[in-house]
Order: sequence, then structure tokens, then C-alpha cells
Amino acid sequence: MTDVAYYPGCSLHGTSREFDESLRAVAAELGIGLAEIADWSCCGASSGHTTDHLLGVALPARNLALAEAQGFDTVLAPCAACYNRLSAARLAIATEDGLAERIPDVLGRPFANSVEVHNAVELLRDASATIEQKVAVAVAPNPLKGVKLAAYYGCLLVRPFEVCGYDDPEQPTSMDDVIEACGADAVDWDMKVECCGGAFSVSRTASVLRLGRAIIENARSHSAEAIIVACPLCHSNLDLRQKAMARRGEEPLPILFVTEMVGLALGLAPADLGMSRHFVDTAPFMTRLVKQAAERVVAEKLAKEEAAAKAAARAEKQKVSA
Amino acid sequence: MSDAIDTSGAAANGFEPRITAFVCNWCTYTGADLAGTSRLHMASNVRIIRLPCTGRIDPLFIIKAFERGADGVIVSGCHPADCHYTTGNYHARRRFAVFHDIMEFIGVDPRRMTFSWVSASEGAKWRDVVNEAVTNVRALGPFDAYRALAPEDAGVATPAGPAAEVATPAATAKAEAS
Amino acid sequence: MSRIGVFVCHCGENIARTVDCAAVAEALKDHPGVAVAEDYKYMCSDPGQALVKKAIEDNNLTGVVIAACSPHMHEKTFRRACDQAGLNKFMCEMANVREHCSWIHEDRGEATDKAIDITRTIVEKVKHNRPLESIHIPVTKRALVIGGGIAGIQAALDIADGGHEVVLIEKEASIGGHMSQLSETFPTLDCSQCILTPRMVEAYQHPNIKLHTWSEVEKVEGYIGNFEVTIRKKARSVDEDLCNGCGDCQAACPAKRIPSEFEAGLGKRTAIYVPFPQAVPNIPVLDRENCTLFKGRRKGLAKDVCGKCKEACLKAAIDFDTEDTFVTEAVGAIVVATGFKLYDIGREQPEGLKGYGEYGYGEVPDVIDGLQFERLASASGPTEGAILRPSDGKEPKTVVFVHCVGSRDPEKGISYCSKICCMYNAKHAMLYKHKVHDGRAIAFYMDIRAAGKGYDEFSRRAIEEDGAEYVRGRVSRIFREGDKVKVWGYDTLSGEQVVIDADMVVLATAMRPQDGIRELAQKLSVSTDEHGFINEAHPKLRPVETNTAGVFVAGACQAPRDIPDAVAMASATGAKVLGLFSADELEREPAVAVVDENTCIGCMRCELVCPYGAIEQREICAVDGHVCGQVAYVNPGVCQGCGTCQAVCLSKSVELQTFTDEQIFSEINALAYWE
Repeated sequence: MTDVAYYPGCSLHGTSREFDESLRAVAAELGIGLAEIADWSCCGASSGHTTDHLLGVALPARNLALAEAQGFDTVLAPCAACYNRLSAARLAIATEDGLAERIPDVLGRPFANSVEVHNAVELLRDASATIEQKVAVAVAPNPLKGVKLAAYYGCLLVRPFEVCGYDDPEQPTSMDDVIEACGADAVDWDMKVECCGGAFSVSRTASVLRLGRAIIENARSHSAEAIIVACPLCHSNLDLRQKAMARRGEEPLPILFVTEMVGLALGLAPADLGMSRHFVDTAPFMTRLVKQAAERVVAEKLAKEEAAAKAAARAEKQKVSA
Repeated sequence: MSDAIDTSGAAANGFEPRITAFVCNWCTYTGADLAGTSRLHMASNVRIIRLPCTGRIDPLFIIKAFERGADGVIVSGCHPADCHYTTGNYHARRRFAVFHDIMEFIGVDPRRMTFSWVSASEGAKWRDVVNEAVTNVRALGPFDAYRALAPEDAGVATPAGPAAEVATPAATAKAEAS
Repeated sequence: MSRIGVFVCHCGENIARTVDCAAVAEALKDHPGVAVAEDYKYMCSDPGQALVKKAIEDNNLTGVVIAACSPHMHEKTFRRACDQAGLNKFMCEMANVREHCSWIHEDRGEATDKAIDITRTIVEKVKHNRPLESIHIPVTKRALVIGGGIAGIQAALDIADGGHEVVLIEKEASIGGHMSQLSETFPTLDCSQCILTPRMVEAYQHPNIKLHTWSEVEKVEGYIGNFEVTIRKKARSVDEDLCNGCGDCQAACPAKRIPSEFEAGLGKRTAIYVPFPQAVPNIPVLDRENCTLFKGRRKGLAKDVCGKCKEACLKAAIDFDTEDTFVTEAVGAIVVATGFKLYDIGREQPEGLKGYGEYGYGEVPDVIDGLQFERLASASGPTEGAILRPSDGKEPKTVVFVHCVGSRDPEKGISYCSKICCMYNAKHAMLYKHKVHDGRAIAFYMDIRAAGKGYDEFSRRAIEEDGAEYVRGRVSRIFREGDKVKVWGYDTLSGEQVVIDADMVVLATAMRPQDGIRELAQKLSVSTDEHGFINEAHPKLRPVETNTAGVFVAGACQAPRDIPDAVAMASATGAKVLGLFSADELEREPAVAVVDENTCIGCMRCELVCPYGAIEQREICAVDGHVCGQVAYVNPGVCQGCGTCQAVCLSKSVELQTFTDEQIFSEINALAYWE
């Protein structure tokens, strides 16, 4: 498989380091080559695009141009905001009059707008078959088998449809497919694409708490044991801020990155996936899951032995009566 | 002939192109009426010649238009499948495709000719077709080569005065036959 | 020598504001061939026309050019005036200096120059006009009405009462359309079926109306006064003459759980069915898609696995081996009244529409649309008039009505207002409150459009008398939470977010034209707009005609409208058709092609390109009877005047009258005069 150009953006090397760690570990397992774009720079997702349209297109376009020049045809941008800006820039250059001619001038380098942009969910969904195969042959029992997980997409992974285009903007299923490929159960719940408050985490924390609480409560009411996310800000809002949202005595709900989830299913150790960095402690969750998986294996073995014994007994009886 | 449309000199000397439009009565003419009813302002360089259908258009009309001083030509009719006479616009499209190549071959810049589909409800589209054609032709400059197309004794008009009665093939044949 | 009169109209301010009309007249006065050039404020008025007539007489004019509005507007007017003054009306043409000049330019100098050019061009054309005589063609005094809803029924009755035969075709098994599905109609709360069924029966029994149900238009040939329409009568499997409507076949049918289209999916029907008890004709149709016997046949089974309906039928009216048949009807006029369908919010959407994922894509059982609510409220509906939730049959105590689902929403593909929803939402709120006294009816709206007679009062009644709560704001999400339907909305007047735990939600989805409308329009050579609605000839003054002569339009297939407007429009088409049929012959413009047999070489390229098959080959004979050649001949009754033949003629022998080569070349040559 040819290498994919990797655009980590500010978050993946900073506050969401675990997203980066788990992504690299999983990519290695799945045989997907990731090569970080040399000299990548900010994509303008926070304020660049609200300042000036040309700036908002040029900032992400620079990274796409670099990837193009470095010989790649696909860019992986796991951060949902980076993904959205890179894709929006692609669309703008392809459709707006004159932009395709102007951007190379602004960048000071040629740019043919030939690279595709994908996010982690797309990447993993496209590799679902491989994930399923590897899960089936993993040595350790799959800790996620039968576990109820809620796929939380947030706003930027699937909207606007013209920019993203790979899944339904109101009722997406791509992350659910990845959950299912890992052997877990994707719950059908109502807040898949409801906003978590995004960057208002600092300026309007109360709103973020209210929004986050609604999301977590809905996931819980649909029996989810954890929420899967693919966006650093969603993770931060639901994980870092969960203590402030939780009611007294309530069990916190672990928030996992989609790459962490796949890593666990493939048999990688939580420590190698960066899961110790979460604010909502994942250790009790993992302990429970591993215990469950072990018990399940034992139960399956027992059931097999019983069935074999019964079959043998039946065969004996037939021999005798014959 | 350079590929890029040279926008430098034309507007500077105040050149305004003359464009003849051959349009069909049912769609484009009515669409142009709608543009008028909707008060959609547009460039004033276009003169419309009404025909029942674009299928009526003889390529000689276009050549004659260039010969007679047009700098550009627009041909516009009903959208495919919507022709009032069912198939006229298909014939026009085929004819124009071949004619376009011939014109290019004899050295007429094909950007001087615009072929479009404008329906009776597309007043705004007609405005856009007109404005775009005028912009393109203005940038290409005046079509002086027309004088080379006109036969020597044709009595080609100058802007100042009327032309002599030009013998069209049909008129000549008629005259000879009767 | 030409003696042409040029008359420049000011059209009040419409032309005069931008074009110097006096200057145009002045410029044309000395143009060769122009005998007189005048300008006047309103040429189309009586004194204006009198001016033209007088000028014709005083100056012995051979031609007239009116520089004014579009010929589509007043060509007929001025041609009639010329005719009255003794000048052949085809020597009169219009130079369009309003729609194509004064209304689209600002610079007075430019506009005046252009107006002079346009007028000169037409003057040059008229020099080559010929005094032609109108062609008279016979008129078949029968009409075809496509669509048996209230509009189609009304049009058919009006034409039939006017003494002419009408062929009424309907694609469903019964006439009645959507009006038959409604429970009560606004603003009177009349029972819909009660006022509709008498009309349905009248149409069925009318001696002048021939009804084809379960039928569709297959092909349309011909032209005004002389259409030939091929109708596909889909295989009903039931002989319409033998069946007596007893209903035994339906009772016997084992397939009882097919979703009923009439009940908008809320009820079930059998495979052999009559859509509703008051159906006209009361003759069932066999749904071969869902019939057990036909499913077996499609699987290739050797023996038919069912046949209970046939066994039960005492009239031996059922025949499983019938095929679609074709009937050809000769008619002189066609009325299109195919009605509407509702915007389906589901995932599968035609190009341009997006569906409503935020409202659940139609997958939440207690989120229904307007027609479904009508079936709930209807006394003969699946719940016998009780308002009950589709999911569990319980009575909902809180019902939310959402206006503008799809309508006025360019993001979802529809920019227009569907006109009827504000009214029927008020009606639904009232009906609900009348039946569930302790229920809450909450309506989310953007604006209230209640513009008809008694409409605003009706709308206010829902609020003031029946206690409906109106919230001005949009609904952002609807989803199921346990037993309830959660509605997230916003109240713009109070600035508060609104969350409602509803028991049921009714969506007022947009009105759209029927499926297959574009294909039908192409068969009729009429145009549709970007939404699929049939285009009228002129939005203000010719709302029931299309640009295809002889094809008229009535009802919701042209634009969203309610029942009174549909009926009015239908009667208007009736009047147009009766007018068309009032003479034995139709006067047609002589814009037909004529072949000069002296120069025609008989290559017959013209025959190949004629869309109407109006051209045939003829032998011409010498004086002694010897056949000396083949030439083309154009049938003036069939030719529609497109001119394609002239464009392909190698010997330039065929001429389209009113658009001859000489006329067109003279217009092109007039370009030489441009300043």
C-alpha cells in the first residue's frame, strides 16, 4: 500500500497526543504507511477561515501543495477541524472562479489540487475488512466483543455534505461500521451529530457543559458503555470536562478515540495507545472489559466441551443399541 | 492566434462589438422577453433576429452576419428535448458543430460564436449569455476579416450609408426562374 | 416599391423613458421604402390603432412596422387593425423595442440607437413580406383531460356540459385524486368526500364523458384541433363490463397486508382492491406486483398458486392473462390536470432534493405528513376518525405541527411556498382539538399565509377558539426518545429554545408535481420549470394555456394551489376549450413551408428532417402526362412551420412563409446600417 501523507495539525502533537499515538500504532498494524508532511503549517481552522476567505483557503492549500510536491495523492487529517478546512479548501479551489489560478501565486508554489483528503474514520472504514480479519486472528480475546459503544461524530466530520461527501450528514454510519468491524455493538442513539460546543470550551464553558451533558445522558440512556469520537475537541469537551458535567455518584463514561478502539480490538495494549492520558480514567473500564472477555472465552470453551461430551454420549448410545 | 483572450487594448479605444443573435421564437425569444419584463439590464450590443426554430438557421446566415459587420454571433434555442417542434434544435446543434469547425478552419476565431440553450423561463440566463458574449467579443476586437469574405461587387455597406441591394442566392434564382 | 409605415410607441413611460421615440421616427422617415413614420403614446389603444389605420389609407401603405412591445404581446392586435384598414395582416410586423431594448438598457443614447436598428431591421424584413391568407384546418371537437382529480373532473364536466365529448384519463384505479383522501376541507370544514363524490359520479355517468381509469398517456401526435393520443390502458385483470362491484374478490383475497396507497401507508389493502369504498368506477384492480399468483408466475412456478378472487367472482370477470392495451383517441384539445404529490422526507430522493435526516428520514413511526393526518381524521380512515398514534394506537395528548417542511427551503431543494399548508395546519389543529379536548396542539410556523376568502378568520379561529398554540420558529430536530417524540425548536418571539415531548408530529411537507410529469410534458411538447411544474403561456394573462397551442393546464400541476383555485382554473380551461370548439374550422397562421416544384430536385432531405411527417414525395408530369420528375410536397395542414426543411434544402426550393431567406437575409443586411 502506498504511503499516505499525514497531517497532524496542532492538536495531534499537542493536546490529543493519544490520538496520534493510537493512530500510528493502528496504522502500523494495518499496514498503512503514514509519512508526516514535511514543513506542514497551521490550517487556520480556529480563526483563519473566519478572518478572510482567501486566507482561509490558502492556509490549508499550502499543506495540500506540500503533500502534492512530496509525491502523495492522499492526505490523512485526523483532526476533524483540519479535515474540514483542508476539504473545504479543495472544494473552493475546484469550484470558485479564478481561485485555481490565484492560489499557486499566493502560495508561491505550483498546485494542481490533485490530492484527496481523508479523516481517520474514513481511513478505518475503508480498512474495515482488514480490521475484521485481524480481530478474528488476534491472540488475546477481543475485549470489545459485544460491548455497546456510541459513535459520536460531532459537527465537522460529516457536514457540510458538499465538503465532506462520504457519509450522510444527518444520520451517518461510517464510524458505526468501524465499531461493528471491531466486534462491538454500535448503539442507535440520538446525538450522533449534535454539537459538543467546540471551541467554546474556554469562553462559554457553561454551554459546553450543558451540551456535553445532553450527549452523555443520551448515550447512557441507550446503554452505551463508552463514547467513540474522532475529533480532538469533542474528546476534550466530553472527557476533560466530564467531571464538571457529572452528577454526584454517577459512573463516568469513558471517551475513546476511534483509533484507540481499533487498537484495543487488534490486541494492542492500552498503554501503547495513549489511553493513560485521558481525564476519565479508562483503567477500570479496561479491567472490566478484559475480565468479561476472559470469562466469555472460558464460557465458550466450556460450552464446546459440553457439546462435545453430549455428542460422544449420543454416539456411545447408538453403538450400544446397534 | 494566442489562446488567451487579450483584454488589454479593446476597451481602451472604446470599441463596442456588434453582435447578431439568431434565436428561436418559442424559447429564447420568449426568454429574452422575460428578461425585459423582469427589467434585467444587460449590454446593448446584441441585435436579435427572430426565427421560428433554431432548426431554420442556415449557416449562411451566420457568414452573412459576419460579412455585414457583425463582430460576433449568438445562436440560441430550446433545451434538448424541449424544442417546440420536437427536433429542430437537434438539427441546429449538429449543423453548428460542423459549422464551428469550418469557421475555425477558415480562420474565424470560434470564440466569436456562442451557442446556447435558453428556455422561455430563463430570462436571467439570457442576460448572462448576452453579457458573456459581449465581454468575449469585445476582448477579441473588431472582426475586420469580414471584408475579405464579402465578394468584390457586393456593395458592402459602410457605417455611413445604405448597402446596394445584395443578390442573395435565392433571390437570384427566383429572378432567373420567373 | 415598398411604402411602409413605421409607428413608434411610447408605451406611456415604458419605452419613452429610455428610448427617444420621436428620434426613432425621425430616423426612419428618410429610410428608403418608408412612406411615413410617426410616434404616439399608446399605439395599442383605440386612438393609436386609428392612427395606424388612417395612415394606411392616406398613404396607400404596403406594409406596417410597429416599434413597440414584443410581438408575443400585440402582434395580433395590430394585424387585426391592418386587416380592418384593408391591408393584408401579414404585411404587419412588430419591432420589439420594449422587452428587448427600453426595459433592459439604461443609457438613452445606446437604447435609442438600438431601437432605430431594430426598427430598421424589421422594415427591411417587411419589404419582403408577402400578402398571405390564413390556413383553415378542421377541428376535432373532442377534448382529452389528463388527470381525474378535482381539477380534471371539473374541466371534464364543463366541457361535457358544453356539448362536447371528453376523454378523461386517470392513472389510478379511481378518479377523485387527493381530494378524496381529505377528511374535511378549509375554510368551511365541509366533508371532502361529500362534496367530491357527487362530482365523481356525475363525471362517470355523463353521456359526454368517456372515462379511462388505470390508464396513462403513451404517445401524443398531431397539433391543435387534430391531436391523436395513444392511451395505455394498464392491465386491470378485471373486465370492466362484466364486473358489478360486489367486492367478493376483495373478501376472498389472502394477501391482506399490502400498505394502502389511499390510506397513505397507514392502512392495509388486499392485492385485488378498490382504493376506497366510494371509488368511481367501483371496479377493482389487481396489483400484480404484490399478488401471490403473479409472484409465483414471476418465480417461474409451473402452476398458479392462488386464484381465490377468480373463484369467488360470480360474474367471471377476472382474467389473469390480460395485457396492457392501447386505445387511440382523436381530440382537438388537451387539458393537463395531473395534480401534485407531497415531498417525501425519506432518504431516497430525486435529483435536487435532500430529504430530512434531522426529522428522522421518515423512519420515526409517529412522525407523519399532512395526508396521513387526513386519513387519521377521516371517518372512513384506518382509525375511523380517531386520532391515534401509528406506533401503538394510543391517543396522542401532545401533537406538534411543523410548517414549511421542504417549502421555502432552498437548502433542501425547494424555494417556493406551497400555499396550502398554513391553512391545512390550522385545520388539522382544529380537527385534533375537536376530537381530543384535553390535547395540546402546538404549531411551529415561519409566517402565516391565509390569503383567501375567510382564510385568515379560519386561521385565527384555530388559535382563539380551539386553543392551538402557535410558536414562531423552526424545528431543528425530531427524534424518538422512549415513548415520546422529542421536538427541538426555537421561539423567535420570546428568544427561547423550545423542547417538546410530543406524542405525535405532523409535518407540512411541500407540494410537488407528480412523478413522471417531465416525461408527460415532453410527450405534449409543453415545458416545465426547474421544479417540474408545467409552464403557463404567460404568468399574468394566460395562466391556463401553455406555449403549445391546444394544450391547457389546470390545478396543482402548474403550481401549488388549493381546491377553489384548482376548480376555478379548471373551469377556465373549459371555457378556453369550448371557445376553441366554437368554430368548425380553426384559423391557422400561414407559417407553412411551400415547395417550388420548378427548382426542387426531389432529394427528399426535407422529408427526413420534418418532425411532423408533413412532407411527401410527389410525381410531376409533363403536359402529355409523362412523369418527368419527383418533387417534395408539404401538407399545409400538417406543417407547423419550423423551417428545418428550408435549412437543409440543397436547391433552396422550399420556403417557409413568414420567414423566407429573403426576409432573413434582409434583416441581416440591415446590420450594415449600425452606427
